[in-house]
Amino acid sequence: MSFGEIVSLALGAILIENFIFSQFLGICPFMGVSKKVDTAIGMGVAVTFVMTVASIFCYIVNEFLLVPLHLEFMQTVAYILVIASLVQFVEMFLQKMIPSLYQALGIYLPLITTNCAVLGVALLNTQNGYNFLGSVVYGFTGGLGFLLAIVLFASVRERMDATSECPKAFEGFPIALIAAGLIALAFMGFSGLKI
Amino acid sequence: MITVLYAVAVLAILGAIFGFILAYASKVFAVETDPRQEAIHEALPGANCGGCGFAGCGNYAEAVVKNGAPCNKCAPGGADVAQKISAIMGVEAEHTEPMVAFVRCSGGNRAATKYNYVGIDDCAADYASLGNGMHYCVNGCLGHGNCVKACKFDAIHVVGGVAVVDREACKGCEACKNACPKDMIVMIPYAARFAVPCHNVEKGAITRKFCEMGCMGCKLCEKKCPHGAIHVEHNLSSIDYSKCQHCGICFDVCPRNLIKQFDKEIPYVAAASDNTITEN
Repeated sequence: MSFGEIVSLALGAILIENFIFSQFLGICPFMGVSKKVDTAIGMGVAVTFVMTVASIFCYIVNEFLLVPLHLEFMQTVAYILVIASLVQFVEMFLQKMIPSLYQALGIYLPLITTNCAVLGVALLNTQNGYNFLGSVVYGFTGGLGFLLAIVLFASVRERMDATSECPKAFEGFPIALIAAGLIALAFMGFSGLKI
Repeated sequence: MITVLYAVAVLAILGAIFGFILAYASKVFAVETDPRQEAIHEALPGANCGGCGFAGCGNYAEAVVKNGAPCNKCAPGGADVAQKISAIMGVEAEHTEPMVAFVRCSGGNRAATKYNYVGIDDCAADYASLGNGMHYCVNGCLGHGNCVKACKFDAIHVVGGVAVVDREACKGCEACKNACPKDMIVMIPYAARFAVPCHNVEKGAITRKFCEMGCMGCKLCEKKCPHGAIHVEHNLSSIDYSKCQHCGICFDVCPRNLIKQFDKEIPYVAAASDNTITEN
């Protein structure tokens, strides 16, 4: 995999095929923990971390276990197993070894177990036939795209809460969904980008 | 058929391997938590108000066990919780006097304004705008209700442009005190019957122009108080609650009817004038 391919893969994952705004994966945490920029950054970093590690392990499981045994149809189940165990393990590891990071990530780490962006990145890696390096890069940059999206959206929501008066019927969640839709529209502009 | 068997076997083996790894990891990476910390967390009300000065009930419980934080910091829980925590930690409970928040202003709509503020409905934004807020009185409550938003117990409301504390609902967590950009809110004993709802240090003649309420610093209360509990400093009267005997003489003599009596609420009276100052 050449350097140029890696750059185009990374840019694609962050902007053009942004996990949230173009592929609509991981919407639940995106809506749930985007009320404050601080917590959004925490969630984004945690997702980036888990997506990268999940890409590595799912690639290994697929390449050396499922493919040789012709069990490709088991990918979804196997990946869920891998991701759930991985998140549990990472949580325990962090709690013991890096308590400060564990404190900072807090509740978001276990929440990621059920984040479809993480499962999505593992499945997309296989679907698109990325090799090991490609999978890692796609997982990491996909996570960065998630971080970018959730931080952008949290900033918008913070500002919206502080400054604008919203019609009663749209208060809270509805206006957040509309705002998310508008940002997604803006991100469609990147789909014209050809690298 | 063989594929199905393979699939089941692979998943079972994968699951078993991960299970063993996790079981082993939970032993290796076990973090010992003090059982007292859990017990204290259980005893706390769980409002996560931050009144104790820690990020939440969990952090406070940790601080009590690990860093020896005082047992009586939980304001919403009061003496009950302080006693429970002391029992868990095995120390004597210190006596805590219940405190409630008190807003040192009664001007609000009765205080003259310099201009019409139409910006963000937020005290800090108003205070940061031209001349420290819309009122001539720079020490008055702005009434945008940052304290109301901060209160977890629905114990503070803006009435007639000034924040008023509901003393029965107030838990003394100090969240409103910390939210106020103008330091308008102080903590006073729940037992107090009288308080001076003003924070203005201008001279009497100027205060008169600013505000229909407002302490003018006439010192009548100071002279009449038989217990030496009320003093005027910087043209502002304040009560020393360690000396106050709640006799109410200051309340009776105040020529502005400013001093507030808590067990006899005086309903809010709307402004008689139209809040404008004619420059002369």
